[in-house]
Amino acid sequence: MKLMTIFKIPDISWRAYRVWQRNRDSYMRFYKANLLGNLGEPLMYLFGMGIGIGSYLGLIEGVSYMEFIAPGLIMGVAMYSASFECTFGAFTRMAEQKTYDGILATPLNVGDLVAGEILWGATKSLIGGSVMLFVIYLAGLMKTSILMLLPMLLLIFIIGLLFSSLAMTFTALCPSYDFFNYFFTLILAPMFFFSGIFFPLSNFPEWIKTASKFMPLTYAVNISRSLLSNMAYSSLILSTLILIVFTVIFSILSVNLIEKRIVK
Amino acid sequence: MSEIITAKNLTKVYGKTIAVSGISFSINKGECYGFLGPNGAGKTTTMKMIHCFSPMTAGKLTVTEMDVRREQRKIKAIMGVVPQEENLDPDLKVLKNLIVYARYFDIPLKTAEERAIELLNFLQLKDKMNSKIGELSGGMKRRLLIARSLINNPKILILDEPTTGLDPQARHLIWQRLRLLKKNGITMILTTHYMEEASQLCDRVAIIDKGKILTEGEPKKLVADNIGTEVVEIRLEDENQGAILEQLSEFNFNYERAGDTLYLFSNNGKELLHSIVDVKHTQLLHRPATLEDLFLKLTGRGLRE
Repeated sequence: MKLMTIFKIPDISWRAYRVWQRNRDSYMRFYKANLLGNLGEPLMYLFGMGIGIGSYLGLIEGVSYMEFIAPGLIMGVAMYSASFECTFGAFTRMAEQKTYDGILATPLNVGDLVAGEILWGATKSLIGGSVMLFVIYLAGLMKTSILMLLPMLLLIFIIGLLFSSLAMTFTALCPSYDFFNYFFTLILAPMFFFSGIFFPLSNFPEWIKTASKFMPLTYAVNISRSLLSNMAYSSLILSTLILIVFTVIFSILSVNLIEKRIVK
Repeated sequence: MSEIITAKNLTKVYGKTIAVSGISFSINKGECYGFLGPNGAGKTTTMKMIHCFSPMTAGKLTVTEMDVRREQRKIKAIMGVVPQEENLDPDLKVLKNLIVYARYFDIPLKTAEERAIELLNFLQLKDKMNSKIGELSGGMKRRLLIARSLINNPKILILDEPTTGLDPQARHLIWQRLRLLKKNGITMILTTHYMEEASQLCDRVAIIDKGKILTEGEPKKLVADNIGTEVVEIRLEDENQGAILEQLSEFNFNYERAGDTLYLFSNNGKELLHSIVDVKHTQLLHRPATLEDLFLKLTGRGLRE
Protein backbone atom coordinates (compact mmCIF):
# COMPACT_ATOMS: atom_id res chain seq x y z
CA MET A 1 0.00 0.00 0.00
CA LYS A 2 2.67 2.48 1.12
CA LEU A 3 4.95 1.30 -1.66
CA MET A 4 2.22 1.68 -4.25
CA THR A 5 1.74 5.36 -3.42
CA ILE A 6 5.29 6.21 -4.46
CA PHE A 7 4.77 4.53 -7.81
CA LYS A 8 1.39 6.01 -8.63
CA ILE A 9 1.12 7.63 -12.06
CA PRO A 10 1.55 11.39 -11.57
CA ASP A 11 -0.75 14.07 -12.93
CA ILE A 12 1.46 16.15 -15.23
CA SER A 13 0.24 18.83 -17.63
CA TRP A 14 1.76 21.22 -20.16
CA ARG A 15 2.03 23.70 -17.27
CA ALA A 16 5.41 22.11 -16.48
CA TYR A 17 6.61 24.46 -19.20
CA ARG A 18 5.82 27.41 -16.87
CA VAL A 19 8.33 26.11 -14.36
CA TRP A 20 10.86 25.60 -17.14
CA GLN A 21 10.29 29.23 -18.21
CA ARG A 22 10.77 30.45 -14.67
CA ASN A 23 14.10 28.65 -14.39
CA ARG A 24 15.20 29.88 -17.80
CA ASP A 25 14.47 33.47 -16.79
CA SER A 26 16.48 32.98 -13.63
CA TYR A 27 19.37 31.33 -15.55
CA MET A 28 19.56 34.06 -18.17
CA ARG A 29 20.62 36.62 -15.56
CA PHE A 30 24.03 35.00 -15.15
CA TYR A 31 24.29 32.74 -18.17
CA LYS A 32 27.97 33.49 -18.80
CA ALA A 33 29.02 32.51 -15.30
CA ASN A 34 26.69 29.50 -15.43
CA LEU A 35 28.13 28.30 -18.70
CA LEU A 36 31.71 28.70 -17.58
CA GLY A 37 30.96 26.74 -14.42
CA ASN A 38 29.52 23.94 -16.52
CA LEU A 39 32.22 23.70 -19.12
CA GLY A 40 35.49 24.77 -17.56
CA GLU A 41 36.16 21.49 -15.86
CA PRO A 42 35.23 19.03 -18.64
CA LEU A 43 37.23 21.01 -21.20
CA MET A 44 40.24 20.77 -18.93
CA TYR A 45 39.66 17.03 -18.60
CA LEU A 46 39.45 16.70 -22.34
CA PHE A 47 42.55 18.67 -23.27
CA GLY A 48 44.50 18.25 -20.05
CA MET A 49 44.18 14.50 -19.85
CA GLY A 50 43.78 14.03 -23.58
CA ILE A 51 47.09 15.69 -24.37
CA GLY A 52 48.88 15.11 -21.06
CA ILE A 53 48.16 11.43 -20.55
CA GLY A 54 47.43 10.82 -24.20
CA SER A 55 51.02 11.56 -25.19
CA TYR A 56 52.22 8.58 -23.09
CA LEU A 57 49.68 6.27 -24.59
CA GLY A 58 49.44 4.67 -27.96
CA LEU A 59 46.12 3.99 -29.55
CA ILE A 60 43.39 2.82 -27.22
CA GLU A 61 40.80 0.59 -28.88
CA GLY A 62 42.07 1.91 -32.17
CA VAL A 63 41.80 5.64 -31.47
CA SER A 64 43.85 8.38 -29.80
CA TYR A 65 43.27 8.87 -26.07
CA MET A 66 41.63 12.25 -26.59
CA GLU A 67 39.27 10.77 -29.11
CA PHE A 68 38.62 7.90 -26.73
CA ILE A 69 37.54 10.05 -23.82
CA ALA A 70 35.65 12.76 -25.76
CA PRO A 71 32.32 10.89 -26.24
CA GLY A 72 32.20 9.88 -22.58
CA LEU A 73 33.09 13.32 -21.31
CA ILE A 74 30.07 14.74 -23.09
CA MET A 75 27.95 12.28 -21.15
CA GLY A 76 29.75 13.31 -17.96
CA VAL A 77 28.89 16.94 -18.62
CA ALA A 78 25.26 16.00 -19.24
CA MET A 79 25.16 13.99 -16.03
CA TYR A 80 26.74 16.62 -13.81
CA SER A 81 24.81 19.58 -15.28
CA ALA A 82 21.47 17.93 -14.59
CA SER A 83 22.56 16.60 -11.23
CA PHE A 84 23.74 19.94 -9.88
CA GLU A 85 20.61 21.68 -11.09
CA CYS A 86 18.23 19.17 -9.56
CA THR A 87 20.05 18.80 -6.24
CA PHE A 88 21.47 22.13 -5.07
CA GLY A 89 19.31 24.21 -7.40
CA ALA A 90 16.05 22.41 -6.76
CA PHE A 91 16.68 22.01 -3.03
CA THR A 92 17.28 25.75 -2.71
CA ARG A 93 14.03 26.49 -4.48
CA MET A 94 12.14 23.91 -2.45
CA ALA A 95 13.51 24.29 1.07
CA GLU A 96 15.29 27.64 1.28
CA GLN A 97 13.33 29.98 -0.95
CA LYS A 98 9.94 28.24 -0.66
CA THR A 99 9.50 28.89 -4.36
CA TYR A 100 7.54 25.65 -4.66
CA ASP A 101 4.98 26.78 -2.10
CA GLY A 102 4.38 29.92 -4.14
CA ILE A 103 4.04 27.98 -7.37
CA LEU A 104 1.63 25.49 -5.81
CA ALA A 105 -0.78 28.32 -4.97
CA THR A 106 -1.37 28.68 -8.72
CA PRO A 107 -3.04 26.21 -11.11
CA LEU A 108 0.18 24.19 -11.18
CA ASN A 109 0.41 20.99 -9.13
CA VAL A 110 3.35 18.97 -7.86
CA GLY A 111 3.47 16.88 -11.05
CA ASP A 112 3.84 19.99 -13.22
CA LEU A 113 6.39 21.42 -10.83
CA VAL A 114 8.68 18.40 -10.73
CA ALA A 115 8.30 17.73 -14.45
CA GLY A 116 9.29 21.35 -15.09
CA GLU A 117 12.36 20.97 -12.90
CA ILE A 118 13.38 17.77 -14.67
CA LEU A 119 12.88 19.37 -18.09
CA TRP A 120 14.96 22.31 -16.99
CA GLY A 121 17.71 20.04 -15.62
CA ALA A 122 17.77 18.27 -18.99
CA THR A 123 17.95 21.64 -20.72
CA LYS A 124 21.02 22.48 -18.65
CA SER A 125 22.54 19.20 -19.84
CA LEU A 126 21.67 20.12 -23.39
CA ILE A 127 23.30 23.54 -23.03
CA GLY A 128 26.52 22.17 -21.52
CA GLY A 129 26.59 19.03 -23.62
CA SER A 130 26.03 20.75 -26.93
CA VAL A 131 28.80 23.30 -26.35
CA MET A 132 31.08 20.41 -25.44
CA LEU A 133 29.95 18.56 -28.54
CA PHE A 134 30.68 21.60 -30.67
CA VAL A 135 34.20 21.92 -29.23
CA ILE A 136 34.82 18.24 -29.90
CA TYR A 137 33.54 18.63 -33.43
CA LEU A 138 35.82 21.62 -34.04
CA ALA A 139 38.78 19.74 -32.56
CA GLY A 140 38.21 17.07 -35.19
CA LEU A 141 37.48 14.39 -32.61
CA MET A 142 34.25 13.39 -34.26
CA LYS A 143 34.86 10.70 -36.86
CA THR A 144 31.34 9.97 -38.03
CA SER A 145 28.91 11.82 -40.27
CA ILE A 146 27.81 15.26 -39.17
CA LEU A 147 24.28 13.82 -39.18
CA MET A 148 25.23 11.99 -35.99
CA LEU A 149 25.04 15.30 -34.13
CA LEU A 150 21.27 14.95 -34.05
CA PRO A 151 21.08 11.61 -32.23
CA MET A 152 23.91 12.90 -29.99
CA LEU A 153 21.81 15.87 -28.90
CA LEU A 154 18.89 13.55 -28.27
CA LEU A 155 21.11 11.28 -26.19
CA ILE A 156 22.40 14.25 -24.17
CA PHE A 157 18.81 15.29 -23.49
CA ILE A 158 17.81 11.78 -22.39
CA ILE A 159 20.78 11.60 -20.04
CA GLY A 160 19.73 15.02 -18.74
CA LEU A 161 16.21 13.76 -18.03
CA LEU A 162 17.58 10.62 -16.41
CA PHE A 163 19.94 12.33 -14.01
CA SER A 164 17.49 15.15 -13.30
CA SER A 165 14.89 12.65 -12.21
CA LEU A 166 17.45 10.69 -10.18
CA ALA A 167 18.64 13.92 -8.54
CA MET A 168 15.08 15.08 -7.83
CA THR A 169 14.38 11.76 -6.14
CA PHE A 170 17.43 12.28 -3.98
CA THR A 171 16.46 15.89 -3.28
CA ALA A 172 13.04 14.73 -2.09
CA LEU A 173 14.72 12.52 0.50
CA CYS A 174 17.53 14.84 1.61
CA PRO A 175 17.15 16.54 4.98
CA SER A 176 19.83 19.15 4.17
CA TYR A 177 22.50 20.17 1.70
CA ASP A 178 25.14 18.09 3.47
CA PHE A 179 23.47 14.89 2.34
CA PHE A 180 24.16 15.68 -1.30
CA ASN A 181 27.72 14.57 -0.59
CA TYR A 182 26.40 11.00 -0.54
CA PHE A 183 24.84 11.51 -3.93
CA PHE A 184 27.92 13.02 -5.52
CA THR A 185 30.54 10.87 -3.83
CA LEU A 186 28.80 7.53 -3.63
CA ILE A 187 26.65 7.57 -6.75
CA LEU A 188 27.92 10.03 -9.35
CA ALA A 189 31.69 9.86 -8.84
CA PRO A 190 31.87 6.03 -9.20
CA MET A 191 29.75 6.33 -12.32
CA PHE A 192 32.03 8.99 -13.72
CA PHE A 193 35.10 6.81 -13.20
CA PHE A 194 33.76 3.31 -13.84
CA SER A 195 31.42 3.79 -16.76
CA GLY A 196 34.23 3.54 -19.29
CA ILE A 197 34.79 7.25 -19.96
CA PHE A 198 38.53 7.25 -19.23
CA PHE A 199 39.52 3.65 -19.79
CA PRO A 200 37.99 0.49 -21.25
CA LEU A 201 36.35 -1.60 -18.56
CA SER A 202 37.75 -4.82 -20.01
CA ASN A 203 40.88 -4.64 -17.84
CA PHE A 204 38.94 -4.40 -14.58
CA PRO A 205 38.00 -7.18 -12.19
CA GLU A 206 34.73 -8.94 -12.79
CA TRP A 207 32.85 -7.26 -9.93
CA ILE A 208 33.50 -3.80 -11.33
CA LYS A 209 32.29 -4.90 -14.71
CA THR A 210 29.14 -6.24 -13.09
CA ALA A 211 28.66 -3.06 -11.11
CA SER A 212 29.05 -0.97 -14.24
CA LYS A 213 26.07 -2.78 -15.75
CA PHE A 214 23.90 -1.17 -13.11
CA MET A 215 25.21 2.30 -13.93
CA PRO A 216 23.12 4.08 -16.52
CA LEU A 217 26.09 6.20 -17.53
CA THR A 218 27.86 3.09 -18.86
CA TYR A 219 25.15 2.61 -21.47
CA ALA A 220 25.24 6.30 -22.35
CA VAL A 221 29.02 6.26 -22.84
CA ASN A 222 28.78 3.21 -25.10
CA ILE A 223 26.07 4.77 -27.23
CA SER A 224 27.92 8.08 -27.39
CA ARG A 225 31.12 6.38 -28.46
CA SER A 226 29.38 4.48 -31.21
CA LEU A 227 27.75 7.68 -32.46
CA LEU A 228 30.95 9.74 -32.47
CA SER A 229 33.80 7.31 -33.06
CA ASN A 230 32.43 4.64 -35.37
CA MET A 231 32.96 2.01 -32.69
CA ALA A 232 30.64 -0.87 -33.28
CA TYR A 233 28.13 -1.30 -30.48
CA SER A 234 25.65 -4.08 -30.84
CA SER A 235 23.14 -3.24 -28.14
CA LEU A 236 22.29 0.30 -29.20
CA ILE A 237 18.53 -0.10 -28.97
CA LEU A 238 18.57 -2.11 -25.78
CA SER A 239 20.84 0.46 -24.10
CA THR A 240 18.62 3.34 -25.13
CA LEU A 241 15.65 1.44 -23.79
CA ILE A 242 17.40 0.89 -20.46
CA LEU A 243 18.06 4.64 -20.20
CA ILE A 244 14.42 5.45 -20.95
CA VAL A 245 13.09 2.94 -18.43
CA PHE A 246 15.43 4.38 -15.78
CA THR A 247 14.18 7.87 -16.57
CA VAL A 248 10.51 6.93 -16.40
CA ILE A 249 10.89 5.11 -13.08
CA PHE A 250 12.79 7.92 -11.38
CA SER A 251 10.50 10.60 -12.81
CA ILE A 252 7.49 8.88 -11.29
CA LEU A 253 9.34 8.31 -8.02
CA SER A 254 10.51 11.91 -7.79
CA VAL A 255 7.05 13.42 -8.31
CA ASN A 256 5.53 11.21 -5.63
CA LEU A 257 8.38 11.69 -3.17
CA ILE A 258 8.46 15.48 -3.60
CA GLU A 259 4.70 15.49 -3.08
CA LYS A 260 5.12 13.43 0.08
CA ARG A 261 7.73 15.85 1.29
CA ILE A 262 6.04 19.20 0.70
CA VAL A 263 2.33 18.48 0.80
CA LYS A 264 1.38 17.82 4.38
CA MET B 1 -26.28 36.17 0.08
CA SER B 2 -24.81 33.20 -1.70
CA GLU B 3 -22.28 30.89 -0.14
CA ILE B 4 -18.90 30.79 -1.86
CA ILE B 5 -17.14 28.38 0.50
CA THR B 6 -18.83 25.63 2.46
CA ALA B 7 -17.16 23.26 4.90
CA LYS B 8 -18.90 20.36 6.60
CA ASN B 9 -17.17 18.33 9.29
CA LEU B 10 -13.83 19.35 7.84
CA THR B 11 -11.07 17.34 9.48
CA LYS B 12 -7.31 17.25 9.17
CA VAL B 13 -5.09 14.75 10.93
CA TYR B 14 -1.29 14.84 10.78
CA GLY B 15 0.00 11.49 11.96
CA LYS B 16 -1.59 11.29 15.40
CA THR B 17 -2.28 15.00 15.83
CA ILE B 18 -5.76 16.24 15.05
CA ALA B 19 -5.17 19.74 13.65
CA VAL B 20 -8.73 20.43 12.55
CA SER B 21 -11.47 18.47 14.22
CA GLY B 22 -14.69 18.32 12.20
CA ILE B 23 -15.47 22.00 11.77
CA SER B 24 -18.34 23.35 9.70
CA PHE B 25 -18.66 26.87 8.41
CA SER B 26 -19.80 28.74 5.37
CA ILE B 27 -18.46 31.95 3.88
CA ASN B 28 -20.63 34.26 1.84
CA LYS B 29 -19.70 35.89 -1.39
CA GLY B 30 -18.13 39.29 -0.85
CA GLU B 31 -17.66 39.04 2.89
CA CYS B 32 -14.49 39.12 4.94
CA TYR B 33 -14.33 36.11 7.23
CA GLY B 34 -11.71 35.83 9.94
CA PHE B 35 -10.24 32.83 11.71
CA LEU B 36 -8.94 33.78 15.12
CA GLY B 37 -7.15 31.43 17.42
CA PRO B 38 -3.95 30.89 19.40
CA ASN B 39 -0.91 29.28 17.80
CA GLY B 40 -1.64 25.73 16.75
CA ALA B 41 -5.41 26.22 16.79
CA GLY B 42 -5.78 25.03 13.20
CA LYS B 43 -6.16 28.36 11.39
CA THR B 44 -3.41 27.93 8.83
CA THR B 45 -4.30 24.27 8.27
CA THR B 46 -7.87 25.29 7.49
CA MET B 47 -6.65 27.95 5.07
CA LYS B 48 -4.33 25.47 3.38
CA MET B 49 -7.19 23.05 2.84
CA ILE B 50 -9.26 25.84 1.29
CA HIS B 51 -6.55 26.78 -1.20
CA CYS B 52 -5.96 23.14 -2.08
CA PHE B 53 -2.44 22.90 -0.68
CA SER B 54 -3.20 20.50 2.11
CA PRO B 55 -5.48 17.54 1.38
CA MET B 56 -8.24 17.09 3.96
CA THR B 57 -8.54 13.91 5.97
CA ALA B 58 -12.34 13.83 6.14
CA GLY B 59 -15.43 15.93 5.61
CA LYS B 60 -16.58 18.04 2.72
CA LEU B 61 -15.20 21.31 1.45
CA THR B 62 -16.43 23.16 -1.61
CA VAL B 63 -15.29 26.41 -3.17
CA THR B 64 -17.80 27.94 -5.60
CA GLU B 65 -19.47 24.54 -5.55
CA MET B 66 -16.29 22.81 -6.70
CA ASP B 67 -14.89 19.99 -4.58
CA VAL B 68 -11.38 20.77 -3.34
CA ARG B 69 -10.41 17.14 -3.81
CA ARG B 70 -11.25 17.11 -7.47
CA GLU B 71 -11.05 20.54 -9.06
CA GLN B 72 -7.88 21.90 -7.57
CA ARG B 73 -6.56 23.62 -10.66
CA LYS B 74 -9.87 25.40 -11.28
CA ILE B 75 -10.17 26.46 -7.66
CA LYS B 76 -6.61 27.73 -7.49
CA ALA B 77 -7.19 29.70 -10.69
CA ILE B 78 -9.79 31.92 -8.96
CA MET B 79 -7.87 32.32 -5.73
CA GLY B 80 -5.18 34.62 -4.45
CA VAL B 81 -3.00 33.48 -1.56
CA VAL B 82 -0.95 35.65 0.79
CA PRO B 83 1.04 33.10 2.79
CA GLN B 84 2.20 33.51 6.33
CA GLU B 85 5.75 32.67 5.34
CA GLU B 86 7.16 34.99 2.68
CA ASN B 87 7.88 33.03 -0.49
CA LEU B 88 8.64 35.63 -3.14
CA ASP B 89 11.01 34.46 -5.82
CA PRO B 90 14.41 35.88 -4.78
CA ASP B 91 15.91 35.00 -8.17
CA LEU B 92 13.67 37.54 -9.88
CA LYS B 93 13.26 41.28 -9.44
CA VAL B 94 10.06 42.86 -8.14
CA LEU B 95 8.24 43.40 -11.45
CA LYS B 96 9.49 40.11 -12.84
CA ASN B 97 8.13 38.32 -9.77
CA LEU B 98 4.64 39.46 -10.71
CA ILE B 99 5.03 38.72 -14.41
CA VAL B 100 6.39 35.22 -13.85
CA TYR B 101 3.60 34.58 -11.36
CA ALA B 102 1.03 35.77 -13.89
CA ARG B 103 2.46 33.25 -16.34
CA TYR B 104 1.58 30.39 -13.95
CA PHE B 105 -2.02 31.54 -14.38
CA ASP B 106 -1.60 31.61 -18.14
CA ILE B 107 -2.13 35.36 -18.32
CA PRO B 108 -0.80 36.83 -21.61
CA LEU B 109 2.40 38.85 -21.21
CA LYS B 110 0.91 42.21 -22.18
CA THR B 111 -2.01 41.90 -19.79
CA ALA B 112 0.36 40.67 -17.09
CA GLU B 113 2.63 43.69 -17.50
CA GLU B 114 -0.25 46.15 -17.33
CA ARG B 115 -1.76 44.44 -14.35
CA ALA B 116 1.58 44.18 -12.56
CA ILE B 117 2.23 47.91 -12.89
CA GLU B 118 -1.32 48.67 -11.77
CA LEU B 119 -0.87 46.48 -8.68
CA LEU B 120 2.52 47.94 -7.83
CA ASN B 121 0.86 51.36 -7.91
CA PHE B 122 -2.02 50.14 -5.79
CA LEU B 123 0.37 48.89 -3.09
CA GLN B 124 2.76 51.83 -3.41
CA LEU B 125 5.66 49.78 -4.71
CA LYS B 126 6.14 51.34 -8.13
CA ASP B 127 9.51 52.86 -7.18
CA LYS B 128 10.76 49.42 -6.28
CA MET B 129 9.81 47.88 -9.62
CA ASN B 130 13.41 47.02 -10.51
CA SER B 131 14.65 46.21 -7.03
CA LYS B 132 15.83 42.83 -5.91
CA ILE B 133 13.65 41.03 -3.39
CA GLY B 134 16.52 41.01 -0.90
CA GLU B 135 16.53 44.81 -0.88
CA LEU B 136 12.91 45.12 0.27
CA SER B 137 11.83 45.72 3.87
CA GLY B 138 9.45 43.35 5.61
CA GLY B 139 6.51 45.64 4.93
CA MET B 140 7.36 45.95 1.24
CA LYS B 141 7.67 42.19 0.89
CA ARG B 142 4.26 41.75 2.43
CA ARG B 143 2.76 44.34 0.11
CA LEU B 144 4.38 42.63 -2.85
CA LEU B 145 2.91 39.32 -1.70
CA ILE B 146 -0.50 40.97 -1.69
CA ALA B 147 0.12 42.42 -5.15
CA ARG B 148 1.18 38.97 -6.33
CA SER B 149 -1.94 37.37 -4.88
CA LEU B 150 -4.08 39.78 -6.92
CA ILE B 151 -2.36 39.21 -10.26
CA ASN B 152 -5.04 36.74 -11.46
CA ASN B 153 -7.99 38.96 -10.43
CA PRO B 154 -9.05 36.44 -7.80
CA LYS B 155 -12.61 36.00 -6.58
CA ILE B 156 -11.33 34.82 -3.23
CA LEU B 157 -8.35 36.16 -1.34
CA ILE B 158 -6.66 34.08 1.35
CA LEU B 159 -4.70 36.16 3.86
CA ASP B 160 -2.68 34.22 6.42
CA GLU B 161 -1.55 36.77 9.01
CA PRO B 162 -1.12 39.56 6.45
CA THR B 163 0.32 42.14 8.84
CA THR B 164 2.27 40.12 11.41
CA GLY B 165 5.53 41.83 12.24
CA LEU B 166 4.82 45.05 10.33
CA ASP B 167 5.04 48.62 11.59
CA PRO B 168 1.79 50.56 12.14
CA GLN B 169 2.21 52.54 8.90
CA ALA B 170 2.49 49.44 6.78
CA ARG B 171 -0.33 47.77 8.68
CA HIS B 172 -2.73 50.66 8.17
CA LEU B 173 -1.89 50.90 4.49
CA ILE B 174 -2.61 47.20 4.08
CA TRP B 175 -5.91 47.56 5.94
CA GLN B 176 -6.97 50.42 3.66
CA ARG B 177 -6.13 48.44 0.58
CA LEU B 178 -7.93 45.35 1.80
CA ARG B 179 -11.05 47.40 2.54
CA LEU B 180 -10.92 48.77 -1.00
CA LEU B 181 -10.65 45.26 -2.38
CA LYS B 182 -13.63 44.19 -0.32
CA LYS B 183 -15.63 47.09 -1.77
CA ASN B 184 -14.80 45.73 -5.19
CA GLY B 185 -16.44 42.48 -4.23
CA ILE B 186 -13.54 40.16 -3.39
CA THR B 187 -14.32 37.55 -0.77
CA MET B 188 -11.59 37.55 1.86
CA ILE B 189 -10.58 34.93 4.37
CA LEU B 190 -8.16 36.11 6.97
CA THR B 191 -6.27 34.75 9.93
CA THR B 192 -4.68 37.07 12.41
CA HIS B 193 -3.43 37.39 15.95
CA TYR B 194 -4.42 41.03 16.06
CA MET B 195 -7.94 41.40 17.33
CA GLU B 196 -7.99 44.98 16.17
CA GLU B 197 -7.26 43.81 12.66
CA ALA B 198 -10.15 41.37 12.80
CA SER B 199 -12.48 44.10 14.11
CA GLN B 200 -11.32 46.49 11.40
CA LEU B 201 -11.73 44.09 8.51
CA CYS B 202 -13.98 41.16 9.25
CA ASP B 203 -17.74 40.95 8.82
CA ARG B 204 -17.71 37.69 10.71
CA VAL B 205 -15.12 35.84 12.71
CA ALA B 206 -14.75 32.31 13.98
CA ILE B 207 -12.73 31.86 17.14
CA ILE B 208 -11.07 28.48 16.97
CA ASP B 209 -8.95 26.53 19.38
CA LYS B 210 -7.62 22.97 19.34
CA GLY B 211 -9.14 22.41 15.92
CA LYS B 212 -12.70 23.35 16.92
CA ILE B 213 -14.80 26.46 16.36
CA LEU B 214 -15.67 27.91 19.76
CA THR B 215 -17.92 30.68 18.51
CA GLU B 216 -18.76 32.43 15.29
CA GLY B 217 -20.48 35.69 14.37
CA GLU B 218 -20.17 39.43 13.86
CA PRO B 219 -17.34 40.76 16.02
CA LYS B 220 -19.37 43.50 17.74
CA LYS B 221 -22.31 41.28 18.45
CA LEU B 222 -20.11 38.49 19.76
CA VAL B 223 -18.41 40.84 22.17
CA ALA B 224 -21.67 42.42 23.34
CA ASP B 225 -23.33 39.04 23.87
CA ASN B 226 -20.47 37.38 25.66
CA ILE B 227 -18.56 40.15 27.41
CA GLY B 228 -20.71 43.27 27.61
CA THR B 229 -19.93 46.64 26.16
CA GLU B 230 -17.45 47.95 28.67
CA VAL B 231 -14.53 46.82 30.73
CA VAL B 232 -12.87 48.26 33.80
CA GLU B 233 -9.35 47.09 34.53
CA ILE B 234 -7.96 47.47 38.03
CA ARG B 235 -4.28 46.87 38.67
CA LEU B 236 -3.72 45.15 42.00
CA GLU B 237 -0.84 45.91 44.33
CA ASP B 238 0.26 43.53 47.06
CA GLU B 239 -0.91 45.78 49.87
CA ASN B 240 -4.38 46.58 48.57
CA GLN B 241 -5.54 43.43 46.86
CA GLY B 242 -7.16 41.86 49.89
CA ALA B 243 -9.31 44.92 50.49
CA ILE B 244 -10.28 45.32 46.86
CA LEU B 245 -11.28 41.71 46.41
CA GLU B 246 -13.36 41.87 49.55
CA GLN B 247 -15.18 45.01 48.42
CA LEU B 248 -15.81 43.61 44.99
CA SER B 249 -17.40 40.46 46.29
CA GLU B 250 -20.34 42.64 47.37
CA PHE B 251 -21.17 43.58 43.79
CA ASN B 252 -22.70 41.26 41.28
CA PHE B 253 -20.51 42.13 38.31
CA ASN B 254 -18.75 39.59 36.22
CA TYR B 255 -15.10 39.87 36.94
CA GLU B 256 -12.02 37.92 36.14
CA ARG B 257 -8.58 37.99 37.67
CA ALA B 258 -5.43 37.44 35.66
CA GLY B 259 -2.16 37.89 37.48
CA ASP B 260 -2.03 41.42 38.81
CA THR B 261 -5.11 42.69 36.99
CA LEU B 262 -8.83 42.50 37.62
CA TYR B 263 -11.18 42.75 34.66
CA LEU B 264 -14.75 43.88 35.38
CA PHE B 265 -17.27 43.42 32.59
CA SER B 266 -20.52 45.32 32.20
CA ASN B 267 -23.07 46.69 29.80
CA ASN B 268 -23.34 49.85 31.84
CA GLY B 269 -19.98 51.40 32.54
CA LYS B 270 -21.26 54.41 34.44
CA GLU B 271 -23.13 52.25 36.89
CA LEU B 272 -20.09 50.05 37.24
CA LEU B 273 -17.74 52.94 37.87
CA HIS B 274 -20.20 54.53 40.24
CA SER B 275 -20.53 51.45 42.36
CA ILE B 276 -16.81 50.89 42.69
CA VAL B 277 -16.06 54.54 43.41
CA ASP B 278 -15.16 53.66 46.98
CA VAL B 279 -12.79 50.89 46.00
CA LYS B 280 -9.26 52.03 46.71
CA HIS B 281 -7.16 51.38 43.67
CA THR B 282 -3.82 52.50 42.38
CA GLN B 283 -4.54 52.20 38.67
CA LEU B 284 -7.85 51.99 36.87
CA LEU B 285 -8.69 51.85 33.20
CA HIS B 286 -12.16 52.16 31.78
CA ARG B 287 -12.47 51.12 28.14
CA PRO B 288 -14.88 49.57 25.64
CA ALA B 289 -14.94 45.79 25.51
CA THR B 290 -13.02 44.34 22.57
CA LEU B 291 -12.68 41.15 20.65
CA GLU B 292 -9.51 40.51 22.58
CA ASP B 293 -11.49 40.23 25.82
CA LEU B 294 -13.72 37.65 24.22
CA PHE B 295 -10.77 35.86 22.67
CA LEU B 296 -9.00 35.53 26.01
CA LYS B 297 -12.19 34.53 27.77
CA LEU B 298 -12.78 31.72 25.30
CA THR B 299 -9.27 30.47 24.73
CA GLY B 300 -7.86 31.13 28.19
CA ARG B 301 -4.76 33.00 29.22
CA GLY B 302 -2.35 30.08 29.24
CA LEU B 303 0.62 30.42 26.91
CA ARG B 304 0.64 28.40 23.69
CA GLU B 305 3.94 27.20 22.48
